[in-house]
Amino acid sequence: MLDELVNLIADLKEKEAVEAAKKLLDDGADPIRVLERCRMATEIVGKRFEEDIYFIPDMLFSGEILEQISQLAKAKIHRDVDDESYAGKVVIGTVEGDLHDIGKNIVAFLLEANNFKTYDLGVDVSAQKFVDAIREVQPDVVGMSGLLTIAFGAMSNTISVIKQAGLRDKVRIMIGGAPTNEDVARRVGADAYAKDAQQGVELARQWSAVK
Amino acid sequence: MSKSPEELCQERLKRVKDAVALKVPDRVPVTAFFAYFAASYSGITYEEYTYDPEKMLKAAIKVHEDFEPDLADIPSIYYLGPTLDAVGFKQLRWPGRHLSANKPYQFVEGEYMKADEYGHFLDDPTDWLIRKYWPRICTEFEPFSQIAPLKYSFTYFNMGSLAPFGTPGLQQALSALKNVGEAALQALNYTVKFSEEMGKRGFPLSLGGLTQAPYDTLGDYFRGTRGIMMDMYRRPDELLKALDKLTPWMIEQGVNAGKQSGNPFIFIPLHKGSDKFMNQRQFETFYWPTLKELMLGLIKEGMTPIVFVEADHTSRLETMKDVPPGKVVYHMENTDMFKAKEILGDRVCLKGNVPVSLLCLGTPDEIKDYCKKLIDVVGKDGGFILDSSVNVEEAKVENVRAMFDFTKEYGRY
Repeated sequence: MLDELVNLIADLKEKEAVEAAKKLLDDGADPIRVLERCRMATEIVGKRFEEDIYFIPDMLFSGEILEQISQLAKAKIHRDVDDESYAGKVVIGTVEGDLHDIGKNIVAFLLEANNFKTYDLGVDVSAQKFVDAIREVQPDVVGMSGLLTIAFGAMSNTISVIKQAGLRDKVRIMIGGAPTNEDVARRVGADAYAKDAQQGVELARQWSAVK
Repeated sequence: MSKSPEELCQERLKRVKDAVALKVPDRVPVTAFFAYFAASYSGITYEEYTYDPEKMLKAAIKVHEDFEPDLADIPSIYYLGPTLDAVGFKQLRWPGRHLSANKPYQFVEGEYMKADEYGHFLDDPTDWLIRKYWPRICTEFEPFSQIAPLKYSFTYFNMGSLAPFGTPGLQQALSALKNVGEAALQALNYTVKFSEEMGKRGFPLSLGGLTQAPYDTLGDYFRGTRGIMMDMYRRPDELLKALDKLTPWMIEQGVNAGKQSGNPFIFIPLHKGSDKFMNQRQFETFYWPTLKELMLGLIKEGMTPIVFVEADHTSRLETMKDVPPGKVVYHMENTDMFKAKEILGDRVCLKGNVPVSLLCLGTPDEIKDYCKKLIDVVGKDGGFILDSSVNVEEAKVENVRAMFDFTKEYGRY
């Protein structure tokens, strides 16, 4: 039944998945194990996204299903689940002056799903806010998103402020968003460009493993 | 001997129309979405471009005089301040109001139509628009949520249903309606003035109207990106019905604008059907059929759809080939132009796509190299208009200049 739950979520069978989870929990299944299955399902979803079987709507829909199931499971847990065995830490945000967040949210969601501690600073994030977050969180990776041309200047400024703060060699920086590309990454002083959310997760994985 | 403005206008228009018809013009036409670049280039702020029509007009004229594009880029979607202020518009943030003076306007994503409102929308879209949607996107129109459906008021015994219009809230909303009408009329006057000024200088206008793919209209303004994506799974039938409902409406909007302006170029920006935004089956089910119907509807009335294919649509090219030859322009942002030429070359005029990243961060030599490649490959045998990938705000002046100068020189056939 628990294994079937993984497939129901991964195949985006909303009603069946939520019902199965409800039944499992009502029958006394360990909520922690239900949450584990959610994570396994997300891995399958991520893999299908990588293989161009799934696309952004599938990711968002799987997120909706997972959210409902984890609410159900968490309601049955009376202690805090704080998993220390995360894959890495990522600070992410849309750079100053830019208010777009759909892409950034998908990356954050997929990072979370892949066991990264993700600190989402939101949109219109100033260089100083990035610096403060890097100091506080000490992430492996910083992700910057931008959908407007003003983001080029903002990214390059943010990266130089990070440099001035003496933090540049403590983090790896990736950028993403429609007008960006490898060339932009190089010119603004980032370490890499992520073409999509899955590539962002791959980069975060590589970089966190090295550290 | 210098040419008269009319001769120049005809010459430029012919150049563009030849390219649209997949013929070989005298040279590759070159245009750009100047957007706020017009403001910064003329030394005014984006805020002034949004609020001060005289400064806006002067700046918009100046970029055209200095760069001499083959089509003039209408600035009216930037001079928005007074109109949007009059209604307390909430669906956009713009310079001088919520953003600092030199930040471009940005849309505020939201679920402005609830999932359970499809019935209302399908049954009476105008009623839904006035009583449900307007109050959500305009502070000043919030009182419209209090009125009875206008269809209740058709004879002597039910004129009483108009009573809410007597309340202070509604009276204020009505005065906002009067104010927005005045502001919009003034904005329209400036669009006309701009058009006249361009005529005097020999520039035909790049577009005569704007409409959108039904899926984008529903997704952008009503259901939101997430909302419409969830609808593909949870309520596909209602979604399809709503798209069908919107299609004649979107055609009508484009055709009417084109007829009123006397300019057949109808702009259609694509937002939510790009490569990663849905799978191919979803594209063929929810996105493409009504977009195609829209384009055919426009073409039937003598219009030319200028489709701004935003983001990357490389995986959609085969599907998007299914349009009548020589009647449509696809302006590519990040789609692979060279692949597009291979697949669509005998069908669709291609426009674009000097990367705006290069225009912002590169050098004139890099721009020339890129333009050369585009002209050599995509411009081969005509059917090509050179343009930036997306608007050139924040681009370096010398790079924009290089794009225009090089194309005019090297792009001769």
